[in-house]
Parts: sequence; C-alpha cells; structure tokens
Amino acid sequence: MVETLEQTIDDGQARGDSAGLICTGLSKSYWGISVLKDVDMTLRPGTVIGLIGENGAGKSTTSSIIAGIVEANGGSMTIDGVPYEPARPSDALKHGVALIHQEIRMVPELSVAENIFIGRLPRRRGVIDRNRINDEAKEYLELVGSQTDPRRPVAGLSIAAQQEIEIARALSREPKYIIFDEPSASLGQSETQHVFAQIAALRQRGVGIVYISHRLEEIKEVADTIVCLRDGALVGNWPASEITKDEMVKAMVGRDFVFAHRAPQAATGEIALSVKGLSKAGVFAGIDFDVRRGEIFGFAGLVGAGRTEVVRTIAGADQADAGEISVRGEVVHIKNPRSGIDAGIAMVPEDRKGQGLNLDRTGAENITLPWEKKLSSAGIITKKKVTATANKLRDFLDIRGRLDIPVGSLSGGNQQKVLLAKWLVNEPKVLILDEPTRGVDVGAKMTIYETIRALAETGVGVIVVSSELEEVLGLSHRVLVMSGGLQRAILDRADATPEVVMALALSNVPKESPLESPIDGEAEYQTPMRTQEN
Amino acid sequence: MAIVDRNVTPPRPDATPAHGAVAPPSVTSDNTGRFRRTMSQIPGPLIGLIVIFVALSFLSEYFLTPRNLLNILSQVSAVGVMSVGALLIILLGGIDLSVGSVLALSSMSMAAMYKMAGWPFEVALLAGLVVGALVGLINGILTAYGKLQPFIATLATMSAAAGLALFITNGNPITGFPDWFIAVTATSVLGLPIEGVILVAIFAIAAFWLKFRPSGRALYAIGGNEEVARLSGLPVRRAKILVYTIAGLLAAIAGLLVTSRLDSAQPTAGAADLLNVIAVVVIGGASLSGGSGSLLGTFVGLLIIGVLNNGMSLLNVSANLQPVVIGAVIAAAVLTDRKSSRRHT
Repeated sequence: MVETLEQTIDDGQARGDSAGLICTGLSKSYWGISVLKDVDMTLRPGTVIGLIGENGAGKSTTSSIIAGIVEANGGSMTIDGVPYEPARPSDALKHGVALIHQEIRMVPELSVAENIFIGRLPRRRGVIDRNRINDEAKEYLELVGSQTDPRRPVAGLSIAAQQEIEIARALSREPKYIIFDEPSASLGQSETQHVFAQIAALRQRGVGIVYISHRLEEIKEVADTIVCLRDGALVGNWPASEITKDEMVKAMVGRDFVFAHRAPQAATGEIALSVKGLSKAGVFAGIDFDVRRGEIFGFAGLVGAGRTEVVRTIAGADQADAGEISVRGEVVHIKNPRSGIDAGIAMVPEDRKGQGLNLDRTGAENITLPWEKKLSSAGIITKKKVTATANKLRDFLDIRGRLDIPVGSLSGGNQQKVLLAKWLVNEPKVLILDEPTRGVDVGAKMTIYETIRALAETGVGVIVVSSELEEVLGLSHRVLVMSGGLQRAILDRADATPEVVMALALSNVPKESPLESPIDGEAEYQTPMRTQEN
Repeated sequence: MAIVDRNVTPPRPDATPAHGAVAPPSVTSDNTGRFRRTMSQIPGPLIGLIVIFVALSFLSEYFLTPRNLLNILSQVSAVGVMSVGALLIILLGGIDLSVGSVLALSSMSMAAMYKMAGWPFEVALLAGLVVGALVGLINGILTAYGKLQPFIATLATMSAAAGLALFITNGNPITGFPDWFIAVTATSVLGLPIEGVILVAIFAIAAFWLKFRPSGRALYAIGGNEEVARLSGLPVRRAKILVYTIAGLLAAIAGLLVTSRLDSAQPTAGAADLLNVIAVVVIGGASLSGGSGSLLGTFVGLLIIGVLNNGMSLLNVSANLQPVVIGAVIAAAVLTDRKSSRRHT
C-alpha cells in the first residue's frame, strides 16, 4: 500500500507541476559523514507536511537547508520553478521562507513589539518608531489570536505566550513557507491545540507549512502529508489520513513500536514515599499521596498546574512551607538537593540543558557528578573510576555514543539516557522523572520506558511527570491529576482514561487564573493559588 | 595533569549523524586526524611561551642564563601565588578584584601588629594571613549568601581594604623585620629561590586538589552550570565561600613575600597586581564565564607575563610601552584560544 501512495505523490512531480517549494536530491555531509542523502520533498502552497523521523534522522538538517542556515552539498531547490539557493537565513526570509525554532529565542528585557521587529526596527527622526511597531505588532499578534500587550517586556511571559510571539514574528515577514521545528515540545495539550488553530489559519491563507514533531498523534492531526526520514534518507511520504500511527512508527524506526499496555501488577510493596499536606504558598497546596515500592506513579496536568513544582520540592530543589515527607516509613527533612539525595530521592529534571547536564563536560563526568565523594578512596577520585562507573551504566541503558566527549555533542535521546544514568549510579529509593522523554526519539523512548519499568520491578518507587497523556497513562499504575496548584484526584489505571484525566486537568481553574489564559502573559509559575485560597 | 580541557574537544559537525554517535575526528584520515589531535593536546599558550622564549634567547645574550631564569621565577612569585586563587574563583564563574588591596592590607596588618602593637613576630605573621583570609571570607559570604555579583562584592572589599591599609599608618610604610623573614626571599635551596619553591608548591597542591579531590573537581561543575551542580547535591555556597577564602589567604601569602623582599610593608603595594593576575589567568586559557581553565595553563600564562616583562627590560623597551605589549598578548591569546576550541552548540 505504501508504495502505491508514494507513487501518486511522485506523479505530481513528474507532471512538471512546479508550484511551491520543491527540494530535489538534497544531500549534506560533515567530515565525510553523510547526514542527509538524496532527499526529495514537495511543499505546495496551502498544505502542511508533517516531517517525522528519529533524532538524527535528518529533519533538522533538512529544515536548516531550506531556511538557509546550512548549505547543502548536493541537490537543488526551486520556488515556483525558480531556483532557490539561500546562502543565509536573511536570503531565505527574502524569498518568503521562515523557520520557527524549537527553542524560543527572545530578548527578555525588550518589549514584545521590539522582539517581533528586532533587527529591522523602523526609525523616525533617528529613534525607534515605537507607535508604528506597537501598532503593527498588535496586528500580527491578533492574527495568531494573542492578546499580549506589544508594549510589555517579554520577561515573565509564559512559554505558550512566547511561542505565539515567535509565530507572530515569523508572520511579520509575510512568509509563503514556514517551518515549525518541534513547536509543541515545551507546550501542554491546550497550548498545542492553539498552535494548531494558527496553522490551520495559515494554511487557509495559502501558506505552505512543514511541521516537525515527535508527537505522532498531533502530527497526524495537523498535516496533509507525512514525510518520513530515517538515517538521513527519505523513507516515503503518505497522505496523513491514510497512515496509522503504528505505520508511522514503523517507518521511523524500521520496526514495530509497542507501547506495551500490559496489565499492570497492582503494586503492593511497602510504601516507598509518603507525602502529607505538602504546601508552598502561592504555588501548590495540600498535596497528599503515597508511592509504593515497585509502583510507577504518574503526575498529569497542564503545563503550569504545579506538577514540576511539587516534585522539585520533594527532591529538595525548592523548599516547602508545610507538609511532611517520609521515605520507606522514615520521616525525612529535605532542605536542599543534597539531603534529598542522601534520603534516597533522585530527580531527573525537565530542563536537560539548564538543570540536568553540564553540556561542556563529558558524559562520564556528568554521570558521576553527584557521587564523586562516594566513588573516591582516601578522598581521591580518579578518571579510571569515573570511566568505569559510567561504562557500567552505558551498557545498562544502551547509551550510543562516546562518554569521553562533551555530552552536548550527543543526540537528545542519548543525552537523556546519560541524565538518567546519573541518577542510577547509586540505586535510589524514589526516582522522580520530570518529562523523561522530552525531545527524545522513539528508539530512545522505548529504552527509557523499559528502564523505568525495570527499575520499578526492582523495588524503586517511581514518579513520572509528563505532559504527554499517552506516556503518563501508559506507564503508571496510578495517576495524580493536578490543576491550579491543587491535587484533583488520584486515579487507578483502569479509571484513568484520557477523557477523565483531561477533564480533571481542566477542572476548577478560575477564569482569571493565568493557566486558562496564558495569552494574558503572566508567568505560568506565578501564584496560581492566589485566586483560590479559600 | 590535564591540559586545558577545551582544547581536546574534537570538532563536531553541525548536525548529529544518525543515532547520535559522534564522528571521532580521526575518521577523515587516520594520520592527519591523529596529528591534529596530538597538536590540539598542546595548550596554545605553551606554544606562545616557547616562541617568546626562543626569540628572546636570540635577542639577548643575558636572557638564557640560569641566574636570569631563576630571577624571573622570583619576580613572578607574588603575582603567581595570587593567580592560583584567581583561577579558582574564575573557574567558579566569579572574579576577585580585591587581591591587590588584600595583599597590602594583610602586609600592613602584620607589620602593625609586630612593630606598633608589639606582638611576637610569628603571631603577627599568622594574624596577617588571617586578615587576608577574612577579607576573602567576606567576599565569599557577600557573593554566596548576599547574592551580590562577584564584581560588585569584591569591588567593595577592594575599596575598603585599600583604605584600611592606608589608614593604619596614615599612608606610611613600616620597615624593620627579623632577619630570617628577609632571608626567605634572598635564599636558595638547592639552587632554587625559596619563593619560587613556595610558588611551585602552591600550584602543585592546588592542581592536585582540582584534579583528584571531589571538592576541587566540583568547581568545574559549579562554574559550568550552577543549577546542575546544585541539583546534583554539590554544596555550591560552601564551595564559593571556601574558594574566596583561599584566594584571600593566597593574597596574604603574596603580601608576605613582597614584604620580605622589600623589607618593608607598603600600604600601596599590590595596587598594580590585579590586572596582571587576571591577565595571567586569561592568557592561560581560562574562560571568564567559568567552568574551564587549568592550573597548568595558568602557570604557562604566568611564565609568559614574567618572561615578557623580563625580556623587555633586558632589551631596554620603555617601561611605559611594556603594558601595551602585554595588552596585545592578552588579546592574541584569547583570540587563538577561541579559534582552537570553537564549538557548535
């Protein structure tokens, strides 16, 4: 079936229809290593291509070539039949091609309008024409459905609001083609829906869109055509309506991806972690739950619901105002990350670059960082010891890539495995994983899931916080749903259907809460409790 | 001991190849790859030092005599001792502007307690060291707990320490110390000047700490990414306070060396040393943004400054022009270093 579909799409090209952005035989190699091999792609105006593939499959290279960030070694591109050879991003923008980066790049101290027009601020009598940029910025912001005041600084805006500004910025260039590079990686479900609405509007206006994402359901929802890359080569392309998620996964990894919804053994072990009445003024309140040994305990909720703040507090990264935490029946007083670690609580934080890994140091050094005292003898730690410890975990976690080079040069999936390895040097009693598979390819995801299950089976109490409903529901024995800084329910797996969980996650959020209206631009983590203290 | 870590980073492509395995640099061609790797193991500053050294050997007959070389070691001892502390702080991503003033203040305190308060010399000497460490401790507390930017915190203590040093005697020097104390900077052991031995010993101890002790290695982690270090359970604030205190103590030791050499405690001694100390660390390849640098590099940077100053004096270069040359060397060192360690993020 796959082949015939491919055939029909190729036919269009064969007919010599040159409308749109057409890439032919794009190739790129670095240092003699080919990262992109002979990739063809046809982007018609008013259509959306969903570009999928594992990390390192060549998605980013493809989009970088199209956006003029990287020059191809081979192949050609045309726009409406005219050769298109961007040497730099500004060339691409002149030709109407814009790239929206995975990571939002904003100058926090400048205003929203200034960020939108940065690099080409119009001047009047030698000074920036603020009225003009504010007016024009407002137009573009309205276009993306944002009510953010263009005059306010970007600092303090939620990630979702910043994402809208990023899109408004791209729109202000009046592009004919837009590439979205994983825009939803940092967004929750409702914010993602908002981005989709904008994409639909853009498509209506005849803009051609390439949408890159690891979240396959959403890519199926938004795209007309799915294009899959593997190891730098084109696997094929299919109409989005005719390919199932399983088929996509198969195309990406070349094998079947099984989420393994196996019936969970109800965890009956002794209590690994008990949290009673944990509260932090203005952030969350009244958090009460137990995690048993061998149990995987999920935290669901929207971005900004307070899940990350709760687990950070349990691990000692932040301080609680009230509440009691005990580990395996013993009350522990956790006043900083060290005392959390000493109590047997390990946390893999959500922000890999900012909080998890030191990208300039080697993988081995990162893995042993919390344990150097333990690993040293007579107060001396040797490179040999560091390497040996890291290598043991490399095998356990199937880390592909060297551990003696800066960890920043590994792929996202391998970085995440290194981060996980760091907390398994000394087996934790409680392991907290905050967004354990963010920006990670399907292959690495499976290894991470298997590792989480294997750890639980050895008697670790595991907490998983995830914005991907399928992930948190697929992994956990029980799920705690939060909204507005409050614990809404603890559900057994049988009761935790996506509908029920979403309904709870959206429940009782006051209208004026920043959670419901991220466009208003309050920081997500600012005082969601303020409005509901009674 | 390791050379500057940044120099051994293999070049890497913009995009990660399939499955994230990064190409070892030797894939292009085995021989050139190996050659390049061997070359990149040699720190850039060392090449610079060798060039300067060879050039001066030809330009001046006197330069390559043992006496002159040992003289260089003595000349750089005070700045060298302080640059160890400066490197530790810069590794943490901090900066210490107060070193020169601390040198003067501890020297003056020691002299005042000995000559004016009549304390036994050994006690006064220890007290001088304590004063230096105390100022460092204040720097540490201001940055770690007061959350002041290190530049501001140490600017404040620099000003205060400089003022106190002048206040003690109203700006007058104090002279007349025990003979053995003067002898420290005028004696040789096995042909090496004692101050040179002290300098090398301090470098060696600190290098061992940085390389093998968990608390020393932690400085790289903290300077590289403080939040990662904190979440990994490292005592970030304690490390900051410790390092600033060590830097203060080392500045006090430098103060004693200067006092011994001059047989005089000068309230304005060390005023010109701050820029030299930072220059040494920067030429030695450390990054002011923290997390990278090594004591071997710093030692090479120290020798570059020492050899250059010495050579220029031998060649009768105007003393006013010498800082111009040093400035050029700082810029050149950082430019070449950045080129060799360029990395894509």
